[in-house]
Amino acid sequence: MNTSTETKEATLLHTGLRKKEKAGNLKRAWPLHLMVLPAILLVIVFSYVPMAGAVIAFQDYKPWNGFIHSKWVGLEHFRTMFEFPDIRQVIWNTLIIASMKIICLLIVPILFSLLLNEVRSIVFKRTVQTMVYLPHFLSWVILSGVLIDVMSDKGLVNQIIAFFGFQSVFFFGDGNWFRVMLVVSAVWKEFGFSTIIFLAALSGINPSLYEAAEVDGANRWKQTLHITLPAIVPIISVVATLSLGGILNGDFDQVFNLYNSLVYDKGDILDTYVYRTGLVGTKYSFGAAVGMFKSVVSLVLILITYRLAYKFANYRIF
Amino acid sequence: MLYRSPAYRIFTWLNYCFLTLTAIVCLLPLIHVLSVSLSGKAAASANLVGLLPVDFTTMSYKATVNNMHFTKALLISVERTVIGTFISMLFIALGGYALSKDERAFRGRTVYVWIFLFTTLFGGGMIPSYILVKSLGLMNSIWALILPGAVAVYNMILLMNFFRSVPKELEEAALIDGAGHFRTLFSIYLPISLPAIATLALFTMVGHWNSWFDGMIYMTNPDKIPLATYLQQTIVQQDLSNSNVDLTQVKNNYSGQTIRAAQIFIGALPIILVYPFLQKYFVKGIVIGAVKE
Repeated sequence: MNTSTETKEATLLHTGLRKKEKAGNLKRAWPLHLMVLPAILLVIVFSYVPMAGAVIAFQDYKPWNGFIHSKWVGLEHFRTMFEFPDIRQVIWNTLIIASMKIICLLIVPILFSLLLNEVRSIVFKRTVQTMVYLPHFLSWVILSGVLIDVMSDKGLVNQIIAFFGFQSVFFFGDGNWFRVMLVVSAVWKEFGFSTIIFLAALSGINPSLYEAAEVDGANRWKQTLHITLPAIVPIISVVATLSLGGILNGDFDQVFNLYNSLVYDKGDILDTYVYRTGLVGTKYSFGAAVGMFKSVVSLVLILITYRLAYKFANYRIF
Repeated sequence: MLYRSPAYRIFTWLNYCFLTLTAIVCLLPLIHVLSVSLSGKAAASANLVGLLPVDFTTMSYKATVNNMHFTKALLISVERTVIGTFISMLFIALGGYALSKDERAFRGRTVYVWIFLFTTLFGGGMIPSYILVKSLGLMNSIWALILPGAVAVYNMILLMNFFRSVPKELEEAALIDGAGHFRTLFSIYLPISLPAIATLALFTMVGHWNSWFDGMIYMTNPDKIPLATYLQQTIVQQDLSNSNVDLTQVKNNYSGQTIRAAQIFIGALPIILVYPFLQKYFVKGIVIGAVKE
């Protein structure tokens, strides 16, 4: 009896204090709310409203009818999507192109950073880094202008090929070559920038490990195998896992600026397909459905890979 | 001792050669463009230009600068880059500061953080965004190029983490002296995080300068497109749509490769100029962003 009234009193006192605290908090915190406001408003308008607007994937959206008066068609667009052989090809293209890029952009930067790690001269190392990071900052518009020029049928590369007596190659006109070109040019643009994270991991290895190995008579190759590689395996697995979330992302900027109607069958990816049929062909609802398919699958993949990265490498994104 | 083994010495030499070659390969396309842009028309269209200009001339740069469409697009790019970067940095700094407070001082912080983070995981897609901008009446307005991407969530989180590393004592001292949150942010936090702010501003500028897709879909008036979109339309599309040749394209072909090369090089020039400053900071920024707390 006695104790219960006591606790009651204590709780009352406590809530009173909490209320006071809350009021004080609000008074002190309102400028903070005000500070977040512009960013929150922009994000709501330009990110959340389009998410809600994606309902047109379940409608037969006509611009003059708006969201409210357009006819609801349920899952029809999704059904057409999976019955359409075009889309299966596009999904397949996206998967192949994206996964080849992911694999190459994992292996090449790792090898390159291992090689760069063997360099003693700091000046040389810095110079190489400066040069290989640069392409990352140039846009695909600029790079494709150059690439198409250099790789054209009478361009620099084909002249070299002709010099050695081989048949000239139609790099951007043949579907299979086009895929190879996508992967090679993506690797060329991004491998340097991707080494940053591995170089950081390499520089964090304790030097005394190498000294001990040397005393034990291990040569540099053995040291790489038994010290360097194991030390960067965690960061490699994190990068590999996280990159799986982009398996449906073929890089719109690159493909759109390099492709042409000759290579649609092997080079068309989901994003370029959505742009062409949805936006240019004004099939808004169908395009939105394809886009939503991509977003949802990507979201699921990202959540799974974040979970995996946390579970196995103890890496937290948030 | 083992470093001096003959095998390792051979490896070192090969390694240096390989790394040098790879680094040069990364610069080759730019060097090629520069030399084409400084070459004579005849040599360029015969594909005689490799890495050094043939028949040196600056004609193509003169022609490019005198091209009204080009200069107009250039000005629009400058405008969107300046205004866009300013707005973006202002909103990110305000938001990043508020979110750097802990939940006790700023109730609701976690909710805000999740509202922001979710947008990095999921989006409405290209078509709903297009319809939104169109129904807001922003078509052909410079705000269509600035507002949709103004809140770069990754940058805001990066700045938030940076503000968190600022010693608490500074904020307490400011509070005791009677400064409010706005004052604390602008007179204490911003000045001491200038390197971080500068890095993010440079990244934002590069993003604006390179961005072409929004200009292509939101700017239906050819007089309003930014430079990146202009380059995309004249350089990339021209090569590919040989089938439906119209008058303007014939003119473009006539003016030739050297002018296209000059346009490409001018388009890349601001990035190349800003790059040394960028490079000083971005390695640090990325590593800090990747390895948190």
